[in-house]
Amino acid sequence: MTHTTVPLTRRRAGETLRRDAWWIQPAVVFLVLSSFVVYATWAAFQNAHYTAGPYLSPFYSPEIFGDSPHAWFGPKPGWWPGWLPFSPALLILPIPGLFRFTCYYYRGAYYKAFWADPPSCAVGEPRKRYLGERYFPLVFQNIHRYFLMISVVFLGFLTHDVWKAFWFTNPAGGVEFGVGVGTLVLALNVVMLTGYTLGCHSMRHILGGFRDQFSLKPLFRVPYRCSTCLNAAHNRWAWTSLLMVAFTDLYVRLCSMGIWVDVRIL
Amino acid sequence: MEATFRIWRGALGSGTFADYRTETSDGMVVLDAVHDIQATQAPDLAVRWNCKAGKCGSCSAEVNGRPRLMCMTRLSDLDLSKPVTIEPMQAFPHSRDLVTDVSWNFRVKHQIKPFTPRTPDAADGTWRMQQEDVDRVQEFRKCIECFLCQDVCHVLRDHHLHEEFVGPRYLVYTSALEMHPLDTQERRDELRKAHGIGYCNITKCCTTVCPEGIQITDNAIIPMKERVMDHAFDPIVKLVGLMTGKVAGP
Repeated sequence: MTHTTVPLTRRRAGETLRRDAWWIQPAVVFLVLSSFVVYATWAAFQNAHYTAGPYLSPFYSPEIFGDSPHAWFGPKPGWWPGWLPFSPALLILPIPGLFRFTCYYYRGAYYKAFWADPPSCAVGEPRKRYLGERYFPLVFQNIHRYFLMISVVFLGFLTHDVWKAFWFTNPAGGVEFGVGVGTLVLALNVVMLTGYTLGCHSMRHILGGFRDQFSLKPLFRVPYRCSTCLNAAHNRWAWTSLLMVAFTDLYVRLCSMGIWVDVRIL
Repeated sequence: MEATFRIWRGALGSGTFADYRTETSDGMVVLDAVHDIQATQAPDLAVRWNCKAGKCGSCSAEVNGRPRLMCMTRLSDLDLSKPVTIEPMQAFPHSRDLVTDVSWNFRVKHQIKPFTPRTPDAADGTWRMQQEDVDRVQEFRKCIECFLCQDVCHVLRDHHLHEEFVGPRYLVYTSALEMHPLDTQERRDELRKAHGIGYCNITKCCTTVCPEGIQITDNAIIPMKERVMDHAFDPIVKLVGLMTGKVAGP
């Protein structure tokens, strides 16, 4: 049998014989991610209305420097350059932001939605040149695991914020145990973020995925299986936790502004 | 009811779509319709097929623009009020009609370091393995080599980087070897350099089209990317390896 090599032809941008509305998914991803980035950037630069009672917005937690009682080291440091806008959130948000930016799931989603690389499966691409994640700059996506590790520490801070959200100041000036809707919102936010973080592909690797034989190291078995279980729905955790963290900030913000009233359950 | 099938006809890359109308009935799949057309209207229509049960991986094509096995695509799942388009896979050189030359895949397979087991565990030359150690690998053994994942991968399909990227099928194959509890071979350097794992940008199209439901991206490619990261990039893993005297890895 003889073989004749035939050059492959390249399809034009957007060219496909697919009949379904393939553009809906990338369009929704584009819309939701863009909206989140715009809202988070706006909220981060506000430097106001990020606390309400015992609640602290996750965008501003941990508050390293700031004007609220939650601040670790008091107000804005004197050495902060005057020309540089200050907000406690600007010190924090890059970490979870880069954790999500380098997340394997989001990468696949935004390469399609923002770079059309490809626009969708089996749909022609607009660019001829392709470097993938093999070369600069996208080779730096490999640092995902470091942002994961820092994000795990941040989960601890957010959990501590939930604990503090159980303690309300009473009219006599004392502190009493209580549960408000905001407490539940903050707690649900931590649950979502934990599901997203522990199901991360890098976490799955660290917790045992790097091993070939679990039978020799049974300590890795359960953590790996739990992470694998969460990882199976990583995309859902990614979206729900993203929306939840934005809603939590919005809840605290609107309560702080007096637009919403936090209802005490206990 | 009668339906129209718009089938790619031609050889060696050139050709055009030709319309065929044929009777359809309950339970028919696309391959049945193609066979019907071949038997009654186009005896020279070239189509590769074998088992008609979704297990041989021969009848891969693109039905309404989506890479699929023709024998597993039910007509009842398609809109028959419009012509059903059937074209050959786009990531491989075209031979004739619906047939493509997939031999590149077999050449790629030869480049991957073969299974290299450790010395046998028992005197009779046999090994002992635990089921939990081969669970992950067994998922990859379901692959029927239909090459739909290769076809839909934009690195091969749109960018034609066949010389630099082995494609999802062979990243799955390498994963099966790398994760195998008996295997002792080191393939991470090749994965990064010769096999071009960095070209994969995790769009999960390969997972979407896999007729065996293999979680190609999540269970094979990303774990390999992480292992390559351990091996090639991660200074902490390297430092731990230096301190403990162990080379990073399983």
